[in-house]
Amino acid sequence: MQKPFLDTKIPEGPLEKKWSNYKQHAKLVNPNNRKKLEIIVVGTGLSGASAAASLAEMGYQVKSFCFQDTPRRAHSVAAQGGVNAAKNYKNDGDSVYRMFYDTLKGGDFRSREANTYRLAECSASLIDQAIAQGVPFAREYGGYLRNRSFGGVQVSRTFYARGQTGQQLLLGAYQGLMRQVKAEKVKLYTRHEMLDLVLIDNKAKGIIARNLDTGEIERHGAHAVVLATGGFGKIYYLSTLAMGCNASAIWRAHKKGAFMANPSWTQIHPTSLPQSGPYQSKLTLMSESLRNDGRIWVPKDQNEKRKPNDIPEEDRDYYLERKYPSFGNLAPRDIASRAAKEQIDAGKGVGALKNAVYLDFSRALKEYGKNIIKERYGNLFDMYRKITGINAYDEPMKISPAAHFSMGGLWVDYELMTSINGLFAIGEANFSDHGANRLGANSLLQACVDGYFILPYTLSNYLATEIKVPKTDIQHKEFDIAEANCSKLLEDFLTTKGTKTAEEFHKELGKELYDKCGLSRSKEGLEKAIENIQKLRKEFKSNLIVPGDAAEVNSELEKAGRVADYLEVAELMCIDALQRDESCGAHFRQEYQTEDGEAKRDDENFSYSAAWEWTTNPSKPNLNKEPLIFEFVKPTVRSYK
Amino acid sequence: MKIYLKIWRQKDNLSKGSFKDYTVEDVNKDMSFLEMLDTLNLKLVKQGERPVEFDHDCREGICGQCGVMINGIAHGPLKNTTTCQLHMRSFKDGDTIYIEPFKAEAFPIVRDLKVDRSSLDRIITSGGFVSVDTGQAPEANSIPITYEEAEAAFDAAACIGCGACVASCKNSSAALFTGAKITHLELLPQGQKETHKRVAEMVEQMEKEGFGHCSNTEACQVECPENISVLNIARMNFEYNKSKLLVKK
Ligand SMILES: Cc1cc2nc3c(=O)[nH]c(=O)nc-3n(C[C@H](O)[C@H](O)[C@H](O)COP(=O)(O)OP(=O)(O)OC[C@H]3O[C@@H](n4cnc5c(N)ncnc54)[C@H](O)[C@@H]3O)c2cc1C
Ligand code: SF4
Ligand code: FES
Repeated sequence: MQKPFLDTKIPEGPLEKKWSNYKQHAKLVNPNNRKKLEIIVVGTGLSGASAAASLAEMGYQVKSFCFQDTPRRAHSVAAQGGVNAAKNYKNDGDSVYRMFYDTLKGGDFRSREANTYRLAECSASLIDQAIAQGVPFAREYGGYLRNRSFGGVQVSRTFYARGQTGQQLLLGAYQGLMRQVKAEKVKLYTRHEMLDLVLIDNKAKGIIARNLDTGEIERHGAHAVVLATGGFGKIYYLSTLAMGCNASAIWRAHKKGAFMANPSWTQIHPTSLPQSGPYQSKLTLMSESLRNDGRIWVPKDQNEKRKPNDIPEEDRDYYLERKYPSFGNLAPRDIASRAAKEQIDAGKGVGALKNAVYLDFSRALKEYGKNIIKERYGNLFDMYRKITGINAYDEPMKISPAAHFSMGGLWVDYELMTSINGLFAIGEANFSDHGANRLGANSLLQACVDGYFILPYTLSNYLATEIKVPKTDIQHKEFDIAEANCSKLLEDFLTTKGTKTAEEFHKELGKELYDKCGLSRSKEGLEKAIENIQKLRKEFKSNLIVPGDAAEVNSELEKAGRVADYLEVAELMCIDALQRDESCGAHFRQEYQTEDGEAKRDDENFSYSAAWEWTTNPSKPNLNKEPLIFEFVKPTVRSYK
Repeated sequence: MKIYLKIWRQKDNLSKGSFKDYTVEDVNKDMSFLEMLDTLNLKLVKQGERPVEFDHDCREGICGQCGVMINGIAHGPLKNTTTCQLHMRSFKDGDTIYIEPFKAEAFPIVRDLKVDRSSLDRIITSGGFVSVDTGQAPEANSIPITYEEAEAAFDAAACIGCGACVASCKNSSAALFTGAKITHLELLPQGQKETHKRVAEMVEQMEKEGFGHCSNTEACQVECPENISVLNIARMNFEYNKSKLLVKK
């Protein structure tokens, strides 16, 4: 049976009782029956590893997939800054409610109240869990956990492990996962890429995956499938994501009926290192914490030729301090990024490609001395020198905005189930709790909370109805069809024999998207982008070159599949941005701004999540709207002036 | 600048490999080492040739997926730097660079510069964890851990699992990798309870995988991108001996 149309399944009751109400009424699976139920979890980042380990501990049989050579390399590993939790260890007035409100406001009132509240509610347990696993979070001298504040909130609720919070949290989850591998409750499939989702009688029953070391196409059946495949910001080509990050898993599920929600909402991070040349493959993030002591500026004169240290104060424009006197250099990410772009577009960018702005520590160095600055940011200054060869103690850093986080993703209900029965999406892969803009340190949290604390309940509630269903037969004709389609697709890439590599297509697509569906969007630009993307997609079909064959290690073939999907996702992103005639969070439409250039939200007409449905024509998706109902909080104007 | 490359090409673990010569003309000093290889691969693919397969993902020195021998040194000439974080400014115009995979019996070659390091995963699987289920954890602040203890545990926990230590060791020993995990967990009260069981199982697994014995040359720490200390190996040996004694009793 098809699922009821966009049923959010938000439980009854007051906000703070919803999750406990849900848990009290959720169906359970008898421990004896659990071992008969198989679950596929695609992805071993924080969301996938935590889910797979927790489900295996409960007694389910889990198959865990990732494309890297070990689960520990999922891109969660790269998160630097920290993870939020409403522990209120600082006694500074933090609470679950405050954290919920900050998240909702940070997301510009474009997320679901009940989900966002649950995220804050489960946050404290995550810290307990991580500590028990041996995650070495920062400590005070007395031995208690240390906190700091992060991005646009007034309390200190961020826990961190040096500049490697994601790595340490992931190692905790990974070790938990490997413990279940040892217990033979999890079977691990590394260097496997999911190529398709298989539905039988409208329920998710398995996947087709390719062994990337042998090229073999495999069938895997289960009683339910969980996608924990991370973000797809890599679609912009230059981004802070890893080279292998992709939209393929969720996109292929989308083509089987899972709705994609708010795909155009992408967070562009303000403090990444700028592109240094056309060969550049990725952009490295510099922690946002630098903005605590660094001042951002550009020269007033666009023809400025002097070195930064030779430019006197009166010829510099500290534009964030000028435009946002109360938040200054600490303005939220979307605002800081947009302001940088404005300067760069006005020809005031610095560096050889005029694509960056200065982040200057000279005042802080004078005020606190080099030792203090070194203590605070030493590893970041070292990293900066490694990559650029420049010593930032002597001259300002050059930074620029970079695509970073996908707020959009697969639409899910309160149970994290997509619009396909038995298909769940967790972590950055779903459209999540962050609304139109994610607050710093909230997404590690979301990935963990989804996997450790929510999915084990909601998936059990689903599986309770599947106990009598026998093991999925991978000889079923739906598997035949899906496998044949996958093989055909790979064959098509190999036999096109054109002249342009997948990477070249990707670079072109990325630039188009960044220019027209990035920090700032307009009707005209988006329409043009759609036209160009369609052309590019057409060219891809006739002019792609992939050497080698499918029955072997072939990274060019892997890339081709990812880029083919990106070429379709990109169009949906533009369509999504085009239908939203308002500005909210990271989505800034030039036509909808206040007199002084700030985002103008339109709650009357756009207080909904756009859930797109595949129609077989990538240019003509169906729009379904999930109205956002604010029962407990009144949306306000988000101002940081 | 112009760079001459001698790159190890090998179709799979069963085939014989050899060095092949390549030249990359338009190398920029700000390019990363892997971007230099991308540039070469772009040229190869356009000519219809098979590109050089190499491992990489995050390209920011944290995932541990990249790693090749560059002129005989794991991750190349810069200290505490992964292959992906090495930039071409470390070389000069006209240089010849030898590039080979991390070689060890326990790291079979997959293709070209790609190797299979799942043996490291199996060492973790044998005991590199704290046995705690989701939901069992007590309140986080209930067990204070001093700043120094947490920092010391972190120093060991920083290992990125790249395998450079194994590739740099003349015995192909995984002692640094294994010692680091044992130390990380043993320094924290949450992990201490299981130390003896853990150390026995992990050391046994390490041997099963075909890693060699540590003979204290300390080459591993020199090439380790995270500067993991050889003192971790000493701690592992100490705990291992203790565990054997305790078992005998
Ligand atoms: C540089 C950087 C810094 C960040 N810093 C912070 C921070 O300080 N605080 C914070 O809260 N958040 C931060 N974030 C965001 C946060 O790290 C991510 O949102 C979160 O870790 C995502 O976890 P995940 O489990 O959803 O996905 P990931 O960790 O990305 O895992 C995805 C998994 O899916 C697998 N996969 C993907 N596609 C396929 C496929 N087709 N087939 C098989 N397997 C597949 C991959 O192998 C991988 O195992 C940062 C992000 C970046 C990029
Ligand atoms: S100990 Fe160092 S060299 Fe060895 S795997 Fe860990 S990080 Fe790599
Ligand atoms: S690619 Fe991740 S460490 Fe080099």
